[in-house]
Amino acid sequence: MVGGMTAIAARQLLCRRDGKVILDRIGVAFAEGQLTAIVGPNGAGKTTLLRHLVGLEVPEAGTVELNGQPLAALPPAVRAWRIAYLPQAASAYWPLTGHDLVALGRLPHGADLSRPLKAADQEAVRRALERVDGAGLAGRAIDTLSQGERARLMLARTLATEAAILLADEPVASLDPAYALQAMEVLRAEAARGVVVIVVLHDLGLAARFADRIVVLANAGIVADGPPGEALGSGVIDAAYGIGFRHVEVDGVMQPVAWERR
Amino acid sequence: MNRTLLPSLIGLVIALYGLSLAIGPAWWPWRLGSEVGWAIVWELRVPRATLGLLIGGALGLSGAVLQGWLRNPLAEPGVIGVSACAGFAAVCAFYSGLAAAVTLALPLAGILGASIAVALLMSAVRSGTGTVSLLLMGVAINAIAAAAIALVLALSPNPFAYQEISLWLAGSIVDRDLSYLAIATPFLLMGGMLVLGAGRWLDALSLGEDTARSLGADTRSLGLRLTLGVGLMVGAATSVAGVIGFVGLVAPHLVRAKVGYRPGATLVPSMLMGAALVLAADIVVRLLPTAYELQLGVFTSLVGAPFLVRAVRKARAAWLAA
Repeated sequence: MVGGMTAIAARQLLCRRDGKVILDRIGVAFAEGQLTAIVGPNGAGKTTLLRHLVGLEVPEAGTVELNGQPLAALPPAVRAWRIAYLPQAASAYWPLTGHDLVALGRLPHGADLSRPLKAADQEAVRRALERVDGAGLAGRAIDTLSQGERARLMLARTLATEAAILLADEPVASLDPAYALQAMEVLRAEAARGVVVIVVLHDLGLAARFADRIVVLANAGIVADGPPGEALGSGVIDAAYGIGFRHVEVDGVMQPVAWERR
Repeated sequence: MNRTLLPSLIGLVIALYGLSLAIGPAWWPWRLGSEVGWAIVWELRVPRATLGLLIGGALGLSGAVLQGWLRNPLAEPGVIGVSACAGFAAVCAFYSGLAAAVTLALPLAGILGASIAVALLMSAVRSGTGTVSLLLMGVAINAIAAAAIALVLALSPNPFAYQEISLWLAGSIVDRDLSYLAIATPFLLMGGMLVLGAGRWLDALSLGEDTARSLGADTRSLGLRLTLGVGLMVGAATSVAGVIGFVGLVAPHLVRAKVGYRPGATLVPSMLMGAALVLAADIVVRLLPTAYELQLGVFTSLVGAPFLVRAVRKARAAWLAA
């Protein structure tokens, strides 16, 4: 495996809901400085795997380990500054300003929105906003923004934590192609800085282009795990998604295209 | 943050407190210069104004906590059934004659009732299924308490007891002496201290429970702390003053936009606004030319309910869609 040390790993993870197995003894480790895309058909367990890695769910069997320690044994505050999490279709219940929304990412560092932010927190918020091209959104109330603008702020909120591990569940789902590329570049840059980046993606083209490693989930298990050229190869994903893919090469990058139903 | 907000709210509360001491059947009682004048100030006006201050603050703070916690701008202390349960326990004290026999039976029963409601709510929170189970438990407590109060009233053999109960339920802070203040104040302060430090996590909950947890919120212990804090405040307030509705609903609405809709930053201004609202309402009922003084809770409902309708209409779509 390329990349640095294993930072977060799932061991024999078992999750069942209403008798149905969602994750069937999954074992997978993620290394520093790598961008891993988790792909697979709807209902394959991608989101559930991510939620276990964040510590939001307690597995029926198996463990999640953070730097070799069981995640469940860590206090919530410690987990929070090590792991940043962007849930699917993230939303806010109050019309906060863009700045305040992003500043919530500094809570794990002790920030309190009711007091003036410390210089370090303020600086992290500014950097995060800049990286999603969102400096102009800082003063706006988020209910006046488009869905895409809100999604960028949510990504910035996750970046502002400056955690060693970043998990994002479909961060580009509501973004137009330009901002989808920008978001992937931002995540790529995070990995280049040594962050463990794990992203659930539906867009296999973006996954093939930006990820170092692809984990294909199907039927509660991992059916492929490797560099995009292998894991997104025709035999593998055709079986996982139950459709026929065609592969085209663009600028030396292999792009799978969903082509025909079977 | 609006820098003039806190100073102006504090100024407003102080001014209303002063007016509350001054206004009544005897105006400016200290000007009488006699012992009677000072007796009116110390034995009637000070307990009344101080109760208004503390209860209003507790209701305003409870409303802000519940709205931030449940992420629902229409949440209110009454919603989770603590007022109703405190009310039921106090009604039982009336019906059993205990209230007539022992001076403090009424407030003590109210606090006991509120504690029972809080214990039930805590069990719902402990089961760990979050906001939905809390709200459903609140709805259940409300329904049971309302039915039980109606039953006790129907069974009451004494027409005076019926009138007394109805009047008390309508909410008032008239003729409460210092002993009421002494029994309510520790509970109100304890409850306030429990919830005031939770602002950061209310902010985190703006992004939903999962994200709040990923940001380090221990949502279960937070839930216990907020349930206990709100239970103490609302229970103590209801036991000495009956049900004073809508203050916990209106106060956060009035200050929220001025603090950028941050739930944590809403707490203290909402507490001050709640105190100002109850002090002002209590002054107005003294000035209204009614045959006998209108109940404070009736007045806050009369004014508060239309305000709520307006607030709901004006609320940005994002609030209610969430």
